[in-house]
Amino acid sequence: MTILFLSIALFIAVLTLVPVYRMVAGPTIYNRVLGVGLMGTNAILLLALVGFIYDRIDMFADLAIAYAILNFVGVVAVAKYLERRRGQP
Amino acid sequence: MVGLALIFGGLFFVLVSSLGLIRFPDFYTRSHALGKSDTLGTMLVLGGLAAYGGLTLSSFKLLLILVFVALGNPTATHALTRAALRSRHEMWGRKRDSEKQ
Repeated sequence: MTILFLSIALFIAVLTLVPVYRMVAGPTIYNRVLGVGLMGTNAILLLALVGFIYDRIDMFADLAIAYAILNFVGVVAVAKYLERRRGQP
Repeated sequence: MVGLALIFGGLFFVLVSSLGLIRFPDFYTRSHALGKSDTLGTMLVLGGLAAYGGLTLSSFKLLLILVFVALGNPTATHALTRAALRSRHEMWGRKRDSEKQ
């Protein structure tokens, strides 16, 4: 069953290249922050899957909780900062 | 078995959200792809992992992440989209006559 979870994790890791492309090539800062959000969500899934691969889900679930909270707070903080700022991005 | 079915259903939605992020033409349509499809995909994969792991404390933590993603991910996308709308971020489409250069 480990090989199945390993291939699922590899699939999500390949899909994470898409938000990296959007972060590098995104036209404005909003697209870049959107890419950061999707990459954080994929990282939560990767952490949970790595926990199942190494059979240490009790540790990796805590890491995934911390990553989810940090991702949410980061995106909302950048959004509020950009909302306060007047003018062109 | 139920867990594996949920995981593969969630992988489809994660693939759809990545496809939307790379193919849609402007910021608002991309945030449309992320706000719903990515939330549903993450919820399905985490629910599948919790169902696969059985009735333990770790599965409860995974369900806690599921609830947090279901609350937080649309909120973050909505805040970002509202910030873009208030700062008059450019929309995709034909320009009106008054906006032409």
